Amino acid sequence: MAKSDLKIDIRTSPYIRKAPSVAQIMRNVVYALLPLAAYSVYQFGISALALLLVTTLSCMATEHFFCWMSDKKSTILDASAAVSGLLLAMTLPPGFPLWMGAVAGFTAIAMGKTLFGGLGFNVFNPALVGRAFVQAAFPVSITTWTPALAVDRFVEFIPSTLALPFMKPAATADWTAQVAIDGFSGATPLALMKFQGIMTDSYDLFIGNVTGSAGETSSLLILVCGLYLVYKKMLDWRIPAAVIFGTVISAELFYFLDPNKYPSPTFMVFSGGLMFAAVFMASDMVASPVTPLGIFVFGVLVGFLTVIIRLFGGLTEAVMYAILFGNAATPIIETYTQPRIYGARKKAKEKS
Amino acid sequence: MNLLKLFRKKTFPHGIHLEEYKDETNAKITRRLPFAPEIIVPLAQNIGRPAKAIVFKGQHITRGEVIAEADGFMSVPIHAPVTGVIKAIDLVKTAEGGKQSAIIITTSLNSGQHVLTTESTIDYQQLSREDLIKAVQETGIVGLGGAAFPSHVKMTASEDTPIHTLLVNGCECEPFLTTDHRLMLERVDQLICGIHIAMKCLDAPKAIIGIEDNKLDVLQEIKPHLPSDGSITIEAVVTKYPQGAQKMLAYSLLGVEIPSGGRSSAAGLAIFNVATLAKIGLLVPAKQGYIERIITITGDNLTNPGNYLAPIGTPLRFLLDHAGFTGGEASLVLGGPMMGMPARSLDVPITKATGAVLVLDERLTKHTDILPCIKCTQCLQACPINLNPSELGLLAAKRRYQEMEETYHLNDCFECGCCSYVCPSNIPLVQYFRIAKTLNRERHLQDG
Repeated sequence: MAKSDLKIDIRTSPYIRKAPSVAQIMRNVVYALLPLAAYSVYQFGISALALLLVTTLSCMATEHFFCWMSDKKSTILDASAAVSGLLLAMTLPPGFPLWMGAVAGFTAIAMGKTLFGGLGFNVFNPALVGRAFVQAAFPVSITTWTPALAVDRFVEFIPSTLALPFMKPAATADWTAQVAIDGFSGATPLALMKFQGIMTDSYDLFIGNVTGSAGETSSLLILVCGLYLVYKKMLDWRIPAAVIFGTVISAELFYFLDPNKYPSPTFMVFSGGLMFAAVFMASDMVASPVTPLGIFVFGVLVGFLTVIIRLFGGLTEAVMYAILFGNAATPIIETYTQPRIYGARKKAKEKS
Repeated sequence: MNLLKLFRKKTFPHGIHLEEYKDETNAKITRRLPFAPEIIVPLAQNIGRPAKAIVFKGQHITRGEVIAEADGFMSVPIHAPVTGVIKAIDLVKTAEGGKQSAIIITTSLNSGQHVLTTESTIDYQQLSREDLIKAVQETGIVGLGGAAFPSHVKMTASEDTPIHTLLVNGCECEPFLTTDHRLMLERVDQLICGIHIAMKCLDAPKAIIGIEDNKLDVLQEIKPHLPSDGSITIEAVVTKYPQGAQKMLAYSLLGVEIPSGGRSSAAGLAIFNVATLAKIGLLVPAKQGYIERIITITGDNLTNPGNYLAPIGTPLRFLLDHAGFTGGEASLVLGGPMMGMPARSLDVPITKATGAVLVLDERLTKHTDILPCIKCTQCLQACPINLNPSELGLLAAKRRYQEMEETYHLNDCFECGCCSYVCPSNIPLVQYFRIAKTLNRERHLQDG
């Protein structure tokens, strides 16, 4: 009777599936970061390019190394290490010595990711762990900013870039004075605000016409790249929205109390790494909450802490610590923000 | 509040949009399949107690006569799907992989296959509720949507939870399936009659037929047949999976939630599948038994997919041969691609609750590596019950099954498959949850 020949492949439901794979998501994040990388190269020249390459390769090499060490299939193809490397480079000053960049990349993956069990298990955003490490290790280099759009930026490295390992990087002050357009002080808008009380024009901040870390200067470009990922449904827009909301509310509060002493919310949102951090750092899926209310609480917390640290802390790199703190608080936020399920009965809860 | 309800879109939060694949069969008129030379009728085809066989080996039986009787209230009788001779009452393979007892019938191929009829018919309006419920039980009907819950039990509403609305589920939200769609176009009178019978049994003042808005032709077909007093209405809901789940449909149509852990009657609702009611509308007045059903045979590697009227107990091999199956390495699914059951052999028969046989080859998702959860929140945004599948999956991997049940509402999961469908890490979440539920049940049995 059996005209037909069949080998039965036994599965369990559901039999169909349609989702982008993890690797596809990560690859798209890389694509979204490329325009930002290109803009930072345009602004800061070959030094920025070299830094991007070094941190990315360092992250990928570290990931591969640890996979090899533990006899696992290498996971560099899922591109998550490349994402960490790119993100890391964009939070560093463009003239950051390359060997330090390599150290940052190694730390990011080794301490931020592999130590916890690899992708999916990291408690903190790996790129920020790397940055926090070099922030503590090389406090001078990481706060030395150089001017954007220097004339010879495509042929000449920023002097500090090529520092030899464990050597003190060449001072950039003379070089800066030489290439800078009038009045460049080597300070970022945040530093200007904090230490000298000078406000940078919000428009310049928005477009990216200021100095700062390699990838965080143009809020406009960051938003465009972020929107691409949101459109592809590979970025949860709720996190950046909540972070920005938290920042605006907190900044507005202080601005309202004393507009002369405290900066305006617009300045807060568009300065420093906030926009970049909100869109690409805080939204790191693994280290942020999954519950809808938790996402909101997390974002507002990050925004609030950023404002507090910026205004009252001794550092300008507020958003990095704010996110690391938010990452640490994620498990407890999730515990208390489990969603209400369909048909949940209040009375039943009280009884039990 | 009422004003808000007016503007509310008829749908539920979350869920997923699926490729439908219904075009291959939804325009095909239901056709009768020939009788298979051998029919296998399992005795346990309903939730509750299996039927008791009342025939013996070698006995000649006529199509439509009772061959197994109901064993108590939570049971229904089984009628002979064909005229033939009892070959054996023996253990046969089940789709699940085990064995169960069944009546095996050798079909008399040269018989006319006329259904055994009685002289008398039933006028359901004259019967008392109790007698009508008994008449429903005698037809052997169970939930045709896949649940296989005896319909007469569901119609026996208890006094303390009166039913205010009968929801008639014509959503058919699973991809590929088109039996309910065809039925609502071809058997409107039977459906309306069935709704009246159910309303009488339940003492429900009104009924709403809910269909997904990808079947608007049904709306045109049914509307002229509805009673003028407005007791039965038909409404289109948004096409989204799993719209046809009881809890989702109740919310979409009425904005009410069926309480967690409760039956639909706790919300004053009774929810029946259109196929079940159409069968009731056909069989109860005629005093006949449930012996054949419409089934969609579709998927890959078939030259002749379609909707077929097939005797219950027809083996899959026979069905697939008639649908022009060309072979290959494929998965066989009884039901839809999201919640259907895998069939492990071609020798298993279709039963009272089998609505579709699906062959999946190219469209079957290939095996892929399971990656760690990256907490992308896709599953939380897909879960229609608003569970946290991500956390449940992580707990399952750590075998913390008790915590899954007590803190994360595991038992509210009805295994619709949305979370597995959207997971970028290919985590078989639903399968994890099934295992967890089974082990929890075992533990409760040991404890209790």
